[in-house]
Amino acid sequence: MKKYTWLLSLLLLFTPLSFSLAETGKVTLLNVSYDPTRELYQDFDAAFAKYWKAKTGQDVEINLSNGGSGKQARAIIDGLEADVATLGLAYDIDVIAERAKLLPEDWQKRLPDHSTPYTSTIVFLVHKGNPKGIKDWGDLVKPGVSVITPNPKTSGGARWNFLAAWGYALQKYKSEEKAREFVTSLYKNVPVLDSGARGSTTTFVQRGVGDVLIAWENEAFLAVNELGKDQFEIVDPSVSILAEPPVALVDKVAAKHGTTEVAQAYLQYLYSAEGQDIIAKNYYRPHSKSATAKYAKRFSKIKLFTIDKVFGGWKKAQQAFFADNGVFDQIYLPGK
Amino acid sequence: MKLKSTGVLPGFGLTMGFTVTYLCLIVLIPLGALILKATSLSWGQFLDTVTSPRVLASYRLSFGAAFIGALINSIFGFMVAWVLVRYEFPGKRLVDAMVDLPFALPTAVAGIALTALYTTNGWLGRWLEPLGIHVAFTPLGVIVAVTFIGLPFVVRTLQPVLESLDPEMEKAAVSLGANRWYTLSRVVFPSLVPAWITGFSLAFARAVGEYGSVIFISGNMPMKTEIAPLLIITKLEQYDYAGATAIAVVMLVVSFFLLLGVNWLQARTGRHRAT
Amino acid sequence: MSNENQEVIINPRQSGYDPTRALTEPPMVRFILIALSLLFLGLFLFVPLAVVFATALEKGIQAYGEAVLERDALSAIRLTLLTTFISVVLNTLFGVASAWAITRFQFPGKNILITLIDLPFTVSPVVSGLVFVLLFGLQGYFGHWLADHNLKVIFATPGIVLATVFITFPFISRELIPLMQEQGPEEEEAGMVLGASGWQIFWKVTLPNIKWGLLYGIILCNARAMGEFGAVSVVSGHIRGLTNTMPLHVEILYNEYNFTAAFAVASLLAFLALLTLVAKAFIETHAQDEKIALPPAHEQSRTP
Repeated sequence: MKKYTWLLSLLLLFTPLSFSLAETGKVTLLNVSYDPTRELYQDFDAAFAKYWKAKTGQDVEINLSNGGSGKQARAIIDGLEADVATLGLAYDIDVIAERAKLLPEDWQKRLPDHSTPYTSTIVFLVHKGNPKGIKDWGDLVKPGVSVITPNPKTSGGARWNFLAAWGYALQKYKSEEKAREFVTSLYKNVPVLDSGARGSTTTFVQRGVGDVLIAWENEAFLAVNELGKDQFEIVDPSVSILAEPPVALVDKVAAKHGTTEVAQAYLQYLYSAEGQDIIAKNYYRPHSKSATAKYAKRFSKIKLFTIDKVFGGWKKAQQAFFADNGVFDQIYLPGK
Repeated sequence: MKLKSTGVLPGFGLTMGFTVTYLCLIVLIPLGALILKATSLSWGQFLDTVTSPRVLASYRLSFGAAFIGALINSIFGFMVAWVLVRYEFPGKRLVDAMVDLPFALPTAVAGIALTALYTTNGWLGRWLEPLGIHVAFTPLGVIVAVTFIGLPFVVRTLQPVLESLDPEMEKAAVSLGANRWYTLSRVVFPSLVPAWITGFSLAFARAVGEYGSVIFISGNMPMKTEIAPLLIITKLEQYDYAGATAIAVVMLVVSFFLLLGVNWLQARTGRHRAT
Repeated sequence: MSNENQEVIINPRQSGYDPTRALTEPPMVRFILIALSLLFLGLFLFVPLAVVFATALEKGIQAYGEAVLERDALSAIRLTLLTTFISVVLNTLFGVASAWAITRFQFPGKNILITLIDLPFTVSPVVSGLVFVLLFGLQGYFGHWLADHNLKVIFATPGIVLATVFITFPFISRELIPLMQEQGPEEEEAGMVLGASGWQIFWKVTLPNIKWGLLYGIILCNARAMGEFGAVSVVSGHIRGLTNTMPLHVEILYNEYNFTAAFAVASLLAFLALLTLVAKAFIETHAQDEKIALPPAHEQSRTP
């Protein structure tokens, strides 16, 4: 058929491109990450490549894969050959260790600060001037306030949102029962459960649905900067959760690729002065004292609680809240 | 007519052999793996999974919206195919060309575009919302999305048949004194029925499993606007592969029997026509 | 399918009816049908597409060009074209073979066979990706064997091709079956009687008769293969510049809040799909030229 002639010629046109990529003396890393880190790692990868070249003389190319945190963990379990995994929550890496045995189960102890070189928290994004007067979690359950947050069943970020709200209610009312009531009435105010965090941001920012978006702090900053400084503003709640997205070397894959050394250096470089600087520039909260001091203005001081303290770790939280027939499902049971 | 065909023409062994082999490799073995995975559940677990209220609600939405969408497509798709083949009007070529675009657009893009259109501040939403018609984030939105993605099926299955219809048949009917409606209903439409049913069932089948475009516009509210494929994804998020495949297998079996019925119906109508 | 002598036998004037008028609908009906069709297409097709193109061109032609010619975009285009090409070729062969077997022979279980061919349509794209993960993933049925032999299927090009072939599996077959059923086997049988071989019959009789259906099938298959998102998303691994197809690249751009670029690549997909239609229009004009060159003048009365 005629149409294939052009298809073929197009293919031929592109083939040289594919061969030019296969150079020798170059090491390639695959970083499998979750959705909101793409801007961070684009900056960081360039910096690391420069650093590695200067240190060892070797060229390093870092391929980046982004997707929902759970989906990415499944892909690694099913054979996506990630040298390093940088996901949204520790549970997802735990599962890789548990199910595919690609790294030891105590992986979180191998790097400083629970293997989390950067942290974030959950904040609110509201329309400019805050027309509904939203100041804290308590304002989200008021009648007539429309809240946008993604679906915790499909989005890792949404689980942080849920737990932050729960943690607030638990501190305020000191009772599981009350916390459940609070979260139930909060989700009654949610008109749309997008499947991912960025979907929710678009629903709120582009579609104009809702009065308040619950989001990662770094995502909220990014949304304000990219999509409209004069239209939105960030509101910090009185208390929130410390979101700890961890990083880990995937031992067996790296060993197979012979990239263990460079992959380890890659992760350690996240803790270096330059790494921490890039992290803060991309609106993640850095760990190092110097970077924290340098960017102190950017990150307001919110009282933060950790998932380990309030919920006893991700495994427990996942089972109790987000598994089938868990607390989240019960909110939506018919008749409630 | 049908009886004569048995064994006269050559190539049965070759084409049938190739058909069955290719079918096995691409479709049956992979789907077999799906069913095998679902059997790792006990019968009780399987039933619990596929008859929980949320799953049932999602089946109702997925199959219901798919049916309505396919119905809309089969009525208007017939009209579009007819107009494109039989009439002349300015811009016909362009319209003809654009019918396929719902396939070429990634489903996610379709979903995003439709949502942008129908939300409160969208081009269409801002006119519909004051009238009390809410499309985005309601079951109506799901219907709109599956109508969009299934649109080419009916049009494109009817078009070639309409084009290959022998005009002499209609002329003969007319010269025998038939009026236009009689000619259409007795001569033209019956020969279109097989293709029309095919188009309907394809649009329906495609719509049942649709995920990418629907999740943007449906709002994903449990019990209300949650489609079955989304529940499959939520099972996968919990590494519950068996549960996910269980829901998938039920969809597969229901669709299989619906299609089998349609194909049986089609074979019957085809035979009627031949007499 | 020519029975021209009928017209000679029956004198049209005997019925007291103007045949040209009775061969089409009254102008009013025609107008309403065209208007309704355009309204339907407008609402469900043109307006959503207008959104895509409007967003794509929001920042001007230059931004559009940059989005489409960027390195990752080019590699996505290349992967999409390769995948589409393989899927169309394989499914065309299958489509023709299966339609021949099904419409030209009687055998038990025919309806079941047709329904099995339809199956990939009913399978949610999410699941069609999943089945290949179940088969070829590291935890899958063949996963360890593949890993031992250092073969990559999923999260590499073969997996993407497989998923696409699966998704577009029924298109050409289902396009041809009703058409060949409608046409019946008489002409091929006549060729047989005249002593033609199987291949001769296929090339000289069957192929010219089914060319429209085949073409529509290829167009549909091509468009769908290019646009497939759900299934490919499961088996691709989303590695920038390596395993991203165009629809996945669109998703990435969209998630980076780069709406203009996302919709630019999406509209490019639409254009690529339209190229097949240009081919169709080209063949159509040629076919019409041939028709006009041949004797029957009454053909034109069909569409006034």
